[in-house]
Amino acid sequence: MEPFERYRPIIDDFEAFLEACRRPLGTAVRVNTIKASVDRTIAVLEETGVAYEQADWNPRVLTLETDSPGSTWTSFHGFTYGQEEVSAVPAGVLDPQPGERVWDACGAPGGKTTQIAALMDDQGTVVANDNNLGRLSALRFNAERLGATSLAVTNQDARNFSMKPFDFDSFDRALVDAPCSCEGTIRKNPDALEDWSEDHLHSVAGIQKGILRRAIQTTREGGTVVYSTCTFAPEENEAVVQHALETESCEVVDFDLALEHSSGLESWDDEEFDSSLENAARIYPHQNDTGGFFVAKLEVTA
Amino acid sequence: MAGERSEGDDERASETPESGELEENVGYRFDRLPATADERRVEGRASREEVIEYFHDRFGIPPETFDEYTFWEKGAGKIWVYAGEAPSPIEIEAIGMTCLRTRQEHWKPTTDAVQRFGPYATDCVIELSREEARAFTDGQDQELEWDGDWGYLIAAHEIGVEPEGRPGRDGDAVEGGKLEPLGVGLYVHGELQSVVPKGRQRSVSDAR
Ligand SMILES: C[S@@+](CC[C@H](N)C(=O)[O-])C[C@H]1O[C@@H](n2cnc3c(N)ncnc32)[C@H](O)[C@@H]1O
Repeated sequence: MEPFERYRPIIDDFEAFLEACRRPLGTAVRVNTIKASVDRTIAVLEETGVAYEQADWNPRVLTLETDSPGSTWTSFHGFTYGQEEVSAVPAGVLDPQPGERVWDACGAPGGKTTQIAALMDDQGTVVANDNNLGRLSALRFNAERLGATSLAVTNQDARNFSMKPFDFDSFDRALVDAPCSCEGTIRKNPDALEDWSEDHLHSVAGIQKGILRRAIQTTREGGTVVYSTCTFAPEENEAVVQHALETESCEVVDFDLALEHSSGLESWDDEEFDSSLENAARIYPHQNDTGGFFVAKLEVTA
Repeated sequence: MAGERSEGDDERASETPESGELEENVGYRFDRLPATADERRVEGRASREEVIEYFHDRFGIPPETFDEYTFWEKGAGKIWVYAGEAPSPIEIEAIGMTCLRTRQEHWKPTTDAVQRFGPYATDCVIELSREEARAFTDGQDQELEWDGDWGYLIAAHEIGVEPEGRPGRDGDAVEGGKLEPLGVGLYVHGELQSVVPKGRQRSVSDAR
């Protein structure tokens, strides 16, 4: 946990934060409403003797009392998908509507892609992209198990994503759930910090900036882009959004979030960020007993 | 692909076309199915009408179930069902979900399509007990009584439904019927063979 020392000045109750990072995480699943309602899913869990707890901020997020969530009837039927509680936040902030065109720039293995499809009642077009073919095959497998029929799956580098395969030229919304240093997954993956270095943060930040810019460019005026990571490093979060503000036509907008969280930072090291970055959310493990996440919502202005 | 049994993207499409006007199927891209056989341009390609008829004739799935969907072929005979927008042809990795294997004597629906659209089925649905369902899900073949047609059946069981039926208050996914489809089985000679693809098989453990 050495690398986390740099966050001592920005995290309230830093000791509680460190303590939470050391605790393993429960088994969370998201109810896949493409195939079953929350009620139906709960009825199956009850009938088959799987104890569960429903998240108060999102009725579709359940914590199961089982070590093998993949061997439950709800999983086999595609009623549930194993997804960390906090990772259900970005798709909700994106708020996609049935019939829209949505781009999931970094989609694999498909947790948020299928959540987007479910929020759209599986109606509309969700372009699920990833540059990693192996991970994309996991996405396809998961999407079929969950019965998502609204996905078009592409294998491109999101930084210079081409709209050429399609006959529309912009999206209504885009999600950039970026590749990152994954600091916030430490509770699920204790090795998460093994390869940690500042150089690494800076090199992924370059990729993140490229993907976010492309997402803004491919989204129509008035459309929404959500940027998220599962990391705490401001270099990969506020600094990436700041770069987008400086280079593309967009603004950071406010959103409601029923989970406890902290505001985005206004500065880090010697860099100042636009005051609108306050509207971004930093979710720390000790706040809701989850993993860590960063989410910013942008509106495209031209 | 996650090893469906009897997969094999064989090159049936390269058989000599019966009519000189028909083009060969192109294996690396998605082509939208023609509405009817009359509009067919590619040798051996199923039409939208035939696909919908198949699901209706064999399983009683109402044709209007598919009103908002398009059907596509990629590879020899693999049919995909899609709810979104796309031009035809299109070269991408996947479009919607695979739903049916055509270009063989007995068309075969996929497990995932049967789970997705099977709740609307009324025919060729074999009801399994929980024990039988568990064996089926685990990929086991089993001897079972069945009075109906032989061939591909939808294996289903009752789960999470109270006697009076439990409606999905916040979704409509359960409206079709009380039985929940597990997947596709092949019924021949008194035996139901599970054709759940290897990667989809599970040893489901019930606490109760
Ligand atoms: C945090 S993961 C996405 C998780 C996914 N959104 C989900 O909810 O299941 C980041 C993904 O970005 C992909 N990726 C990395 N660089 C990329 C690039 N330049 N273009 C597109 N995808 C990229 C990785 O392969 C990885 O699958």
